[in-house]
Amino acid sequence: MPAVSLPLSTVRDLVYLVAIAGFILALKGLGSPKFARQGNQLGAAAAVLAIAMTFTLPELRHSGKNLILALIAMVLGAAIAVPVARRVKMTAMPQLVAIFNGVGGGAAALISVIELLHLHSLGRKPAVYITAEVLLGVLIGSVSFSGSAIAFIKLQELITGRPITYPGQQVMNAIVGVAIGVLILVSLLTGNIAFVFILLALALVLGVIFVLPIGGADVPVLISLLNSFTGLAVAASGFVLDNNLLIVAGTLVGASGIILTRLMSSAMGRSLPNILFSAFGSVITATGGEEGDASRPVRTGTAEDVGVLLAYARKVVIIPGYGLAVAQAQHTARELADALMARGVEVFYAIHPVAGRMPGHMNVLLAEANVPYDELKEMDEANPEMSTADVALVVGANDTVNPAAKTTPGSPIYGMPIINAGEAENIIFLKRSMRPGFAGIDNELLYDPKTTLLFGDAKDTLAKLVSAVADA
Amino acid sequence: MITLLHHAVQAKPPGTGIVEYLTVFVLAAFVGIEVVSKVPSILHTPLMSGSNAIHGIVLVGALAIMGEAHGTAQLVLGFLAVFLATLNVVGGFVVTDRMLEMFKGKPNERTRAPKGADSGPSDPA
Repeated sequence: MPAVSLPLSTVRDLVYLVAIAGFILALKGLGSPKFARQGNQLGAAAAVLAIAMTFTLPELRHSGKNLILALIAMVLGAAIAVPVARRVKMTAMPQLVAIFNGVGGGAAALISVIELLHLHSLGRKPAVYITAEVLLGVLIGSVSFSGSAIAFIKLQELITGRPITYPGQQVMNAIVGVAIGVLILVSLLTGNIAFVFILLALALVLGVIFVLPIGGADVPVLISLLNSFTGLAVAASGFVLDNNLLIVAGTLVGASGIILTRLMSSAMGRSLPNILFSAFGSVITATGGEEGDASRPVRTGTAEDVGVLLAYARKVVIIPGYGLAVAQAQHTARELADALMARGVEVFYAIHPVAGRMPGHMNVLLAEANVPYDELKEMDEANPEMSTADVALVVGANDTVNPAAKTTPGSPIYGMPIINAGEAENIIFLKRSMRPGFAGIDNELLYDPKTTLLFGDAKDTLAKLVSAVADA
Repeated sequence: MITLLHHAVQAKPPGTGIVEYLTVFVLAAFVGIEVVSKVPSILHTPLMSGSNAIHGIVLVGALAIMGEAHGTAQLVLGFLAVFLATLNVVGGFVVTDRMLEMFKGKPNERTRAPKGADSGPSDPA
């Protein structure tokens, strides 16, 4: 070996640089269907490398009980995270992502707080820019933490998924917002750390009141936004700790998260401000009421009739939605498709970009049920074929086939691309009730003379259809 | 070269750090925007979950801060930070992998399992 040797701190920074490159490639890979899984694995490898290298920090290595505590915390965290991540039902996945995101934001906020306490205990008055970094980390991290927690509670249906509004909401938001602004200013001017704790508390409140008025269908877009926030909080803690790895990784996620959030909201035909703030004003005007318009006639059918219709059709298009996911009916849907195909019926699934609860969620659910790729068609590919379909079988979807998106300019979903179920010869809706979908608007298609409704749990109804097809 | 690198690391005049970091921040933001500008919608969910795992690298920061923590308050908060960050990074990567696992294989290679065997290995738990 030559006499030149790099100091350990430089080696560590170089390894962090390798991890940075790994993360960038990982994100790149995650955006392509071919390399997504490798991308994720590369990201994991980069993370393991960087985390392992962190243990060479002399402060950590020689910290005795701190090191032991850190190891215990890691083992504990991994022991909880792995089984939960492996066992969670795929339908519950959005909630889980929300939780993992929230805890990351919490960790970032805590890091900033501890660094401030640490500087304080050393008797140093931190420079103004360091205080600013700490405040940003605490603010963004805490908002992400409590916001994700509320998002989880909403998606888990522990509270209603509908937007929660209350009198004086805007006043309350304004007060919290102004208070946070004032606190930041005062902390920067005085450097008193007590204000940081008040900021922490207020930021937690802000996260809650920010998320409460956002409707269940929009929560995935919100999670993507909070994911971006956590990235920025991590970047802020990178500034606090003078750590390029955290700055780059956090910023990458922060920036890409904003783009992803915009992609998601445009797939829903909505603007981001509309999603975040629509419940505050009176933008949602076209609500159809809790039980739809009871006075209008609809046609309901029996599983036997529909079974015969399906069995003797030439082409059947299955349009799955969130209702299919909550009923865990994806396997039964596949059984029905298999039974029909065995009779020579052409069957494919038309997947709306935002079917399920998150963009791409439905593809994951159907892939889990072993539905082959070639039976899945994206909306743009499926729509030209709708007019030649004998039956459009809408399973637990509503807004994604609602013609109001095309015909009613005042509707909240106006402009959202839809699957043209209405062009099929017959339309079958499998629904739990006449309740409108997430967007809370009535669906004209339900009253179409070509439409037959089958009420009930999607899984039960599909099972009945399977046996009806077998008897036909 | 090595000496240069060495000097660059050692000789950091006070106050320039923040500008260097801001430079890194701005460049990283552009990379982040560029890298995800075109993603098919079926990958939006895995991408969100995967980037969620990437910010779990905050664990590195939590460990670093744990190294210098003094006193009960800092230790307790540090322990919590390490724990939460571990949940983020480990859970994030595992759940993303599970999602992406389902996209594996090409359509033609995928053979349909016979009835009764298609629910995968039955877990007694």
